[in-house]
Amino acid sequence: MPETIHVTVNGACIAVPSGATALAAILSTGASAVRRSVSGGPRGPLCGMGVCFECRATVNRRRYARTCQILCSPGMDISTDVSDEPPDYV
Amino acid sequence: MSSSSHTFDVLVVGAGPAGIAAACSAAEGGARVALLDNNPRIGGQIWRGQSQSHAANPDARKWFEKFAAAHIEFLPSTEVIDHLENGHVVVHRIDGQRVGAQSIDELPEEVHELAYKKLILCTGARELFLPFPGWTLPNVMGAGGLQALVKSGLLVSGKKVVVAGSGPLLLAVAAHLREHGADVRLVAEQAPWPRVARFAMSLLLQKTKLAQAFEIKRQLSGVPYKTNCWPVRANGNGENAKLESVTLRSGSRTWQERCDYLACGFHLVPNTELAALLRCELRAGFVRVDDSQQTSVRDVFCAGEPTSIGGVDLAIVEGQIAGYAAVGQSASAAKLLPQKRRLDRFAVLLRETFALREELRSAVDSETIVCRCEDVKFGRVRQHSSWRAAKLHTRCGMGPCQGRICGPATQFFFGWKADSVRPPVFAASMQSLAVAVAVQTEEHLMSHEESR
Repeated sequence: MPETIHVTVNGACIAVPSGATALAAILSTGASAVRRSVSGGPRGPLCGMGVCFECRATVNRRRYARTCQILCSPGMDISTDVSDEPPDYV
Repeated sequence: MSSSSHTFDVLVVGAGPAGIAAACSAAEGGARVALLDNNPRIGGQIWRGQSQSHAANPDARKWFEKFAAAHIEFLPSTEVIDHLENGHVVVHRIDGQRVGAQSIDELPEEVHELAYKKLILCTGARELFLPFPGWTLPNVMGAGGLQALVKSGLLVSGKKVVVAGSGPLLLAVAAHLREHGADVRLVAEQAPWPRVARFAMSLLLQKTKLAQAFEIKRQLSGVPYKTNCWPVRANGNGENAKLESVTLRSGSRTWQERCDYLACGFHLVPNTELAALLRCELRAGFVRVDDSQQTSVRDVFCAGEPTSIGGVDLAIVEGQIAGYAAVGQSASAAKLLPQKRRLDRFAVLLRETFALREELRSAVDSETIVCRCEDVKFGRVRQHSSWRAAKLHTRCGMGPCQGRICGPATQFFFGWKADSVRPPVFAASMQSLAVAVAVQTEEHLMSHEESR
């Protein structure tokens, strides 16, 4: 049996198997969209390999994290409900 | 930030089959080798999710064991964002951790500069995504994309899935999804049956591929595989735009297939952005290399899919050749050349078999989003005459993916060529960029001092 770890997704504590990505944790809450596009449409993951940036979310207060490439670690704080404005990224 | 302590004889970018083979081959003679990847583990896309110690795939097991026994420094979750003169690259961690491997344990920054004597690019390929109405709905994703998600923890048991697009990956994905309990309704391949049949016949002549093919066939028993068939619309419903079905076309027939997921990719496009940044010569979209995998740029080698889409066996041989050539073992590299030439034929066959049909251009309408980062619609993109003009006037390709998704799509629709690549080659934080600028400035000042 894989070991279970706990992370927080949008404030709710959830359990995921160790080795799961932050994206898998988000989707395990039943969500299929991870972000809103610039014109407001719901968007979910596309490429699954860190290229398309559709799965970006805030992980441990770090914005624009590609959640499909980041493994969950105990206590990781993941939030998808922030504005998409990218002031500190180019 | 000092640079001299982090000099590698060989720096390999990308830890898929080509990168692992390159790193292991280069390390055989005792060279100091580093391997970096933006994934937390080695394996690339094809060996993603294989156990590092007990991989089920025999090739993966063999190369993971070689890797574990070799002295190679692995830098996980690390990406090259810029290239400096004189054999230096700027890398950053994509997860906010520190850049580090066994011997690099004192690096305070998440951004760092690495120096190399030889650089081997094994950056792999991504799926080609072609826009059609509804393709931006959540749960419409790449074929390899959905497979990667399942490998990293997404549960698909009992979910209805349609797998569509083109290429041998579709069948492997369908088999994998089925193994995880998905209800795969249909595999839709756009290529016509005679070409697919010829491809299948040629596999029958290769023993190793034959075994794979039979295993996939066993896993897919009862799942319809339809050639000459492609998606024209994904249909969603409700406020959350929940995917309900996909409209498919085959010849003149159009129908809907209900599904919870549409896994759709139109074969592969090479990741050549880093090679382009280094000014390696490209030919027909691929990195040009000689018989020792050397690019047009001195000390820079390239192996695997950036040089041609030819499957895992070709990627491994190219990786070995590049690794040996990079450390001057030209005899070992030359020995592998006949094997590479044989496998090159498979690349040609792949290209011919899964060439994209004209009709795929007609599913898109003026309201279809082409650039997902900036929500630029087809009707607007179409008004421009080049990729550059479309970028300037519509922001198409200007978002965080930097045109990696819409660029190849516009190439298919309009024949546009991508323009030059500028750093950062992956979206990076201002902090990362500030460090990169500082490094460049420092270098500039130092070279000034030296010349005095």
